[in-house]
This record gives sequence, C-alpha cells and structure tokens, in this order.
Amino acid sequence: MSLFDKFQPIADIQAELQALGVMPFGAVTEKLLSSTEAIVNGHQVILAGTNNYLGLTFEPECLEAAKKAIDELGTGTTGSRMANGTFAEHVALENELAEFFDRKHSIVFSTGYAATMGMGSTLAGPGDVIVLDADSHASIYDGVRLGGADVIRFRHNDPADLDKRLRRLGDRIDNTLIIVEGIYSMMGDQAPLAEIAEVKRKYGGLLLVDEAHSLGMLGEHGRGVAEAAGVEDDVDFVVGTFSKSLGAIGGYCVSNHDQLNAIRFAIRSYIFTASPSPSVVASTRAALRLMQERPYLRDQLWANAHRLYDGLKNLGLQVSPEVSPVVAVTIKDRNQAIDWWNRLLQHGAYVNLVMPPASPTDDSLLRCSVSAAHSEAQIDRIIDAFSTVQNTTAVD
Amino acid sequence: MPDYNEYLERIFDVLKPFAKQGILLNEASELVTELGLTSLQVMELIEQLEDHFDMSIPLNILPDIRTVHDLAQALEKLNPGS
Repeated sequence: MSLFDKFQPIADIQAELQALGVMPFGAVTEKLLSSTEAIVNGHQVILAGTNNYLGLTFEPECLEAAKKAIDELGTGTTGSRMANGTFAEHVALENELAEFFDRKHSIVFSTGYAATMGMGSTLAGPGDVIVLDADSHASIYDGVRLGGADVIRFRHNDPADLDKRLRRLGDRIDNTLIIVEGIYSMMGDQAPLAEIAEVKRKYGGLLLVDEAHSLGMLGEHGRGVAEAAGVEDDVDFVVGTFSKSLGAIGGYCVSNHDQLNAIRFAIRSYIFTASPSPSVVASTRAALRLMQERPYLRDQLWANAHRLYDGLKNLGLQVSPEVSPVVAVTIKDRNQAIDWWNRLLQHGAYVNLVMPPASPTDDSLLRCSVSAAHSEAQIDRIIDAFSTVQNTTAVD
Repeated sequence: MPDYNEYLERIFDVLKPFAKQGILLNEASELVTELGLTSLQVMELIEQLEDHFDMSIPLNILPDIRTVHDLAQALEKLNPGS
C-alpha cells in the first residue's frame, strides 16, 4: 500500500484513453478563432462546450477595459482582499453587482469555486444542518464537507422530498441552510424555485441559490432563476461566477443580510487567496454592463438553445429533460461516449465528455453548451456532426 | 424506535439486489469493495433508509461506514432504540 494506490483507477482510465488515442480531459485549445470557433487537439471546431453563454469573451469593450487595467494597475494584486488586494475596482464591482441584483451587500471572490465552496463551508458549521439538492455541484459538496455541518441530501428538484427532510429536522430548522442551483450544470434543468421557496417559507431556514449557469439567462433583468420565479425575497444568498456569462473568472455572493459584511472575514477562500487581477475585474465590469445593455443576447441564446435541443432531439438522441443553454445527450455506454466525443471533434464539434462520478447518474453525457454568439449555421453544424457520428460506427 | 436488528434487517432488504451470485449478505459485507456499490448507490441507500425510518441521516457518517454492521450501528446511534 502506498499513498499513490488510490490514484490507480484514474491512471487506468488515462491509460485506456491513451491507448484509444483520445484526449477528452484536458483537450488542448491551440488557437481561438472567435468566441465560438477554435483549433482543439488539432481539429478546427465549433465550440459547443465552453459555457460562454453570452459570447462576450472577445467583446471589444471587455478587451479594452482589461488592457487599460493592465496598463494602469499591473498584472496582479499580489495579495488577498483582507490585506493589500482590495483595489477600488474590486469595491466598484461589488457595488455594481449589489445594484444589479438589487441587494444590499456583495462579495467578490477570485473564482466561482471559491465563492460557492466558501459560502457553503462558512455559513453552516458543526451543530448546524445543510440540506442540499442531490445533484449539487462539486464545489458545494466540497464546501459543506469542509464546514462540518450535518449534510442531508434531498432528491434532485423534488420540493416534496425537501419538505419531508425539513420536517424531520424539527427545531434544528433554525440552524439550517438549504442549497440549490438555478440551472444545473450537467443536465441544464432548472430548479423549481417557486415550490422550493414555498417549502422554505413553511419551515424556515436560510436559502442559498447558485446561479452560476443562469446569470444573464433568465428573469426580466437577467438575474437568474430566482428572478424568473419571482422569489428573490425568499433567497437569502445568491452565489455565482464570472467565468460563464461574463467571460472572465471570479465569483460573487450577494445578499440583503447585513451580516454578510462580517461573514466576509470568516470565509477562508476569501481571506487566504489573492484577489482577482485588475484586468479580470475590469473585463467583468464591462461584461456586466453589456449584459444589462443588451438583453437581446438572452433572446439569441434561447433561440440557439431551442435550435440545438430540437435538432438533437429530432435525431432520436436522449437529450436533457428540458430546453436550456445546456443540452446534454445521454450515452449509456461509456466506451460509446468516448468514441462519439472523439468523432464529434473530428467532425468539427467540441462538446464536453462527462463520465461518472461527474455525471448525475451512472450514464455518461455528451454535454453541449450554447452561446448567444453561435450563428444558426454553427448550431446546424453541431447537429450535423452528431448526425454523422450517429450514422457511422467506426472511427474514421 | 427501531433497534439494531431492525436497522440491520432493513439494510439487508435494500441491499438484496446487490448480493450477486456467490456473495453472502451478512453483517460483515462491505458496501463498496464487496457489494460493489457506487458512491451514487450509497447515497440512494441512505435516502431509502431515511424514508423508511423517517429519520435524518447526515452524509457525514459515511467516511466511517465500511460494512453493513457499521451502517446499522451508525443508524442506531443516530436514532437509539428503546
């Protein structure tokens, strides 16, 4: 026995993929041609797995803002928010986020992972309870495990199951944090947030919603599922990321609870890491502004989502349960999923290969994410690639 | 309140489909290494037991659970019998 034994299953999968000549994990993007096309592992592809929902990564205003910030503020802050790493730009972004979400308080984190993991690990500790949706993201599971609260799962997107589990808590509900996501990252399905909020109103507790995959997509202002469901007042904390709709990196938490300003200095993933680089903050601020100025991007995104979803469904593929900018195709056989991923790449479509335990079931997924920047022709090329792969059986 | 044996009996019931040919289900059966439960199936086992006994079973107990006995004992500790 050695420390390395536990990594052998990973090494075995790596060896298996290498023998097949396939590199789905850590595929190398060699050149970006635009926000929707690139050279990946030597193939020119339509990017259909980059979470670049609004397609803002090459937006001139974002690029200019980032360049200006580098010239004026340098390449990095070289310190944590709690020490020397809070620049006026971080504070401005926090104020702009609070204003956008119509909340009193906001915290900016260095990554979305740090935001979700940090809030999950800090809000509830030993003696407290966390009740989370079973399909929650790894950053949520990591956070709640670190925090030491009692962690109880409820069945995915099942408010009646949540009701049952909250009822069992009795008086412990006063120390309970409920965690759900707005749109789930793997299957793209939305949380039934109105019903979940109703259950929360019935029993109590605090509610945290991760809107990482729904920012800029839903609600009148693009604030996400909570806004679309009309239950923002029931949501105590919204967390999310700048690395998807806003095309940068970083995370946030917004809340109306005045305690957030004290909580800020208890979050280890906020205190013990360097703050986001000035260029990242600058492009995020520009993208946040553009997202509000261009609501038509949301319409384009959803039109593209419908086009891809319908196209893949019409091929007879097992697509996710509902239309969303995340469209997942379930492939039961792992080897078939690997083969399809590889051949999709060869036929000009980059998607994400998701295998258990990253997928929510024991099946594998070919996960697509749509961008507002995709043209109809590009969406059709993605569908064509699936069709070609479906109708051929051998590696070309 | 159920006692250890009731927890044990229910766990055996839920695990029956996992007792493949040649594997005898008993208190010493190991959930992952012997019965081959995936992490997802372990979570589902916990959910089923929560619903059957109408109790809360925090995931925090899982690192200490290897065998059927460990699980029955953990449930009894969480929800002691009379």
